[in-house]
Amino acid sequence: MIGLNHYLIVAGLLFAIGLIGVIRRRNLLMLFFATEIMLNAANVAFAAISHYYNDLSGQMFAFFIIAIAASEVAIGLGLLILIYKKQGTLDLDDLASMKG
Amino acid sequence: MFEQIAFYLFSILTIGLFLVTVLSNNILYAMTSLASGMVLIAGFFFLSGADFLGVVQLIVYVGAVMALYAFGMMFFDVTKVVKENNTSNVLVFVFGVSIALLMVAMFAAPISPEVIFASVPPEPNATNPEAVGMVLFTKYLVPFEVAAVMLLIAMIGGIILAGKKMDKSLTKTEDENIIQKDVK
Repeated sequence: MIGLNHYLIVAGLLFAIGLIGVIRRRNLLMLFFATEIMLNAANVAFAAISHYYNDLSGQMFAFFIIAIAASEVAIGLGLLILIYKKQGTLDLDDLASMKG
Repeated sequence: MFEQIAFYLFSILTIGLFLVTVLSNNILYAMTSLASGMVLIAGFFFLSGADFLGVVQLIVYVGAVMALYAFGMMFFDVTKVVKENNTSNVLVFVFGVSIALLMVAMFAAPISPEVIFASVPPEPNATNPEAVGMVLFTKYLVPFEVAAVMLLIAMIGGIILAGKKMDKSLTKTEDENIIQKDVK
């Protein structure tokens, strides 16, 4: 029988994968993909807890997370296009303009 | 029985696909594997009884967000192999997993299962979309409206940010631009 812990372990694994992506990536677009993975992991955990505690609040939170992710992508891609027009690259190390 | 098979199939496939997303050096591979991983995440939602959430995941994530990324691809050079840091992968994995465990422990430590109770139990005799609608338009009405305003602002912001200088091509090389000027 699949219990709550199974879902939470899968969600934790997915979140760890997203976090590995955030640490490892140098390209801004790939960083966006990694954050999407982390948001989805949180959604899976919310839906599973909502099912096993028989409470709809978790699903509501997942809905709002999806709405926030959608607006984040809209604004973020606009900013990425601006950066690409200005600098010609999406590489984080090449974008470092303040030399300390 | 089928639930177990489906759960293990979905979890293995999503973890594999998201690993491809995180580790691949090609943006197109990363994007396609992310999109198919999102479809399988919707399978998790259907398994845990959140039908409406699964449909929203399919429409919004797989339909809208990935299409937006695919359109964004047109502005960037996607055929180029992405350069990555030269740090050792083992170190990154150890750090990533340990930070994730730390965050889970941090947020889960003060919560004991005994104090959790259902504050919004679903209506009996209602299907999942009906119950979701009843809760969303009563208890969560104000956040719902605020989310609508936020989406509107995001749309306007996206149009304004990305819409500047749309007449100039980013992907054409200098020579092509010069040839075009000559033709004119």
